[in-house]
Amino acid sequence: MSQYQENATVTRIEQLSEKNYRLTFESPMIAAATKPGQFVMIRTSIGKDPLLRRPFSVHQVLNNGLIQIYFKEVGRGTGILGHAKVGEKFSLFGPLGRGFRLSKDKPAIIVGGGLGIAPLLLLLKENCRLKKNCDQDLVILGGRNREEVEPLLTDFKKYGVTVRTSTDDGSLGHHGYVTEILKSIPLVDGCTVYACGPEAMMSRVAGICAEAQIACQVSVESVMACGMGACLGCSRPDNTGSYTHVCLNGPVFDAEKLQWNM
Amino acid sequence: MEYVKTADNGRPDMRVNIGSLQLENPVMTASGTFGYAREFENLMNLHRLGAVIVKGISLHPRQGNPPPRIVETACGMLNAIGLQNVGVDRFIAEKMNYLAGLNVPVIVNILGDSIAEYEEITVRLQGVPGVAGIEVNISCPNVKKGGVAFGTDPKMAASVTAAVKARSKVPVMVKLSPNVSDIGAVALAVQDGGADSVSLINTLIGMAIDLKTRKPALANVIGGLSGPAIKPVALRMVYEVAKKVSIPIIGIGGIETAEDALEFMLAGATAVQVGTANFINPRASEDVVDGITAYLMKEKLPSIRSIIGQLELS
Repeated sequence: MSQYQENATVTRIEQLSEKNYRLTFESPMIAAATKPGQFVMIRTSIGKDPLLRRPFSVHQVLNNGLIQIYFKEVGRGTGILGHAKVGEKFSLFGPLGRGFRLSKDKPAIIVGGGLGIAPLLLLLKENCRLKKNCDQDLVILGGRNREEVEPLLTDFKKYGVTVRTSTDDGSLGHHGYVTEILKSIPLVDGCTVYACGPEAMMSRVAGICAEAQIACQVSVESVMACGMGACLGCSRPDNTGSYTHVCLNGPVFDAEKLQWNM
Repeated sequence: MEYVKTADNGRPDMRVNIGSLQLENPVMTASGTFGYAREFENLMNLHRLGAVIVKGISLHPRQGNPPPRIVETACGMLNAIGLQNVGVDRFIAEKMNYLAGLNVPVIVNILGDSIAEYEEITVRLQGVPGVAGIEVNISCPNVKKGGVAFGTDPKMAASVTAAVKARSKVPVMVKLSPNVSDIGAVALAVQDGGADSVSLINTLIGMAIDLKTRKPALANVIGGLSGPAIKPVALRMVYEVAKKVSIPIIGIGGIETAEDALEFMLAGATAVQVGTANFINPRASEDVVDGITAYLMKEKLPSIRSIIGQLELS
């Protein structure tokens, strides 16, 4: 498992909605090594403040050594990245963590909520590359409103999968939650649900999958200082009453291995 | 110990002695920021470190605290990891073999809730191949004395030191807490207890609050502050302790660069530990080694030892 510290140049900045951005970096070593679901730690300042790197799941790996992250501006680190300029350099460290475990022959249901959509595009790309065709697969994307979901749809649809949507305000697709769509569809034996989104959403997805006795992999979020198992800051309760660490054992977990507050 | 003025290759002599422990250079990794070293093996050249200090080890495994365990603050971070570790037996069985294969001294940081626990860990570490020294973390609470940290009471600090020292054939370094009114008094007590060296500072106790939720940012409510924010406090404490004790001092606190390290050495530190910086730049400690070498060459100084304690007060 190779990890790199790379001084990556911003090649493209897309503001997809009011606070949501997509940044493209030229980061050839990390791009070549990244598997779906893995993440990078980005240093947003060359000074001492903000001090720590920020974790971002890899949204997309493009040709020519480009990688993308998709994020919402919520604090100082993401604020700096959101207002970055093309040509600016940032230190990227990665790829880190354990990503999604893909299957060549089992149907995939990919469920994303809000910013949790971020790692699912690379997952879909690799899923469709592994399979001859992915027309048995389903993508369900949700968000607060049309502005949050719509800008990403083209990128998902280009792989030829069925994409269904939901919004909290009903401005696009189903009026409600992605979990309601998931609950309404037949979950065939042997299919795998891949989910990333708010904690409440993933908890519900985990519950639906447990009930239907189908495999569920979730990508979870955590604050972390190092991203590589040194700080032990990203602890998360597991199903044994102990803690697991998101950076090393995740960020993608089999949902049943984690403790959920349902 | 006699040293030649410069190394055979004409480069500056980076060697320092911490008591009987001879280090190739003065840069160590701080406990709790470097795992068990293996985590960093693909990210830097571990063999270039002066010493590795591993994550604190207790007698029994500890799960650590519930999340959130860390929060960033201005130029620093608060942590309340809760001393999560695999316990001394698993540490010896699972981690020491790899560590012993490194070409650098390995110093094992130990912690306990009672003097008996410190003694027992020390005993179990004796004769384990690769253990070059022990660093005693005295910042944890003494359960038997109602939770008062060993490190805040000079008498208790001396007792722990003497107990470990009596059972250790390898050099004993005692890591001091800054959460005291007179760190010089604790340092002196620890020296009297038989410590071969003191390392300072451990984290400063702090707190962060999330205004939106009106809750503490850490599940543990309070945590230890580290990073560049604490460097001035750490420098002052090294300076004060250097006036009090005759044993070597290892400076810790916000060291990210060679310049930081050299400032600590001017203040009286014989060696330094790089801590939080490892999280941001996994190569930070190696960069500090390179930077010190470059500084000595630029200043035409043959040996790092000519820097130690050379603060000019007038």
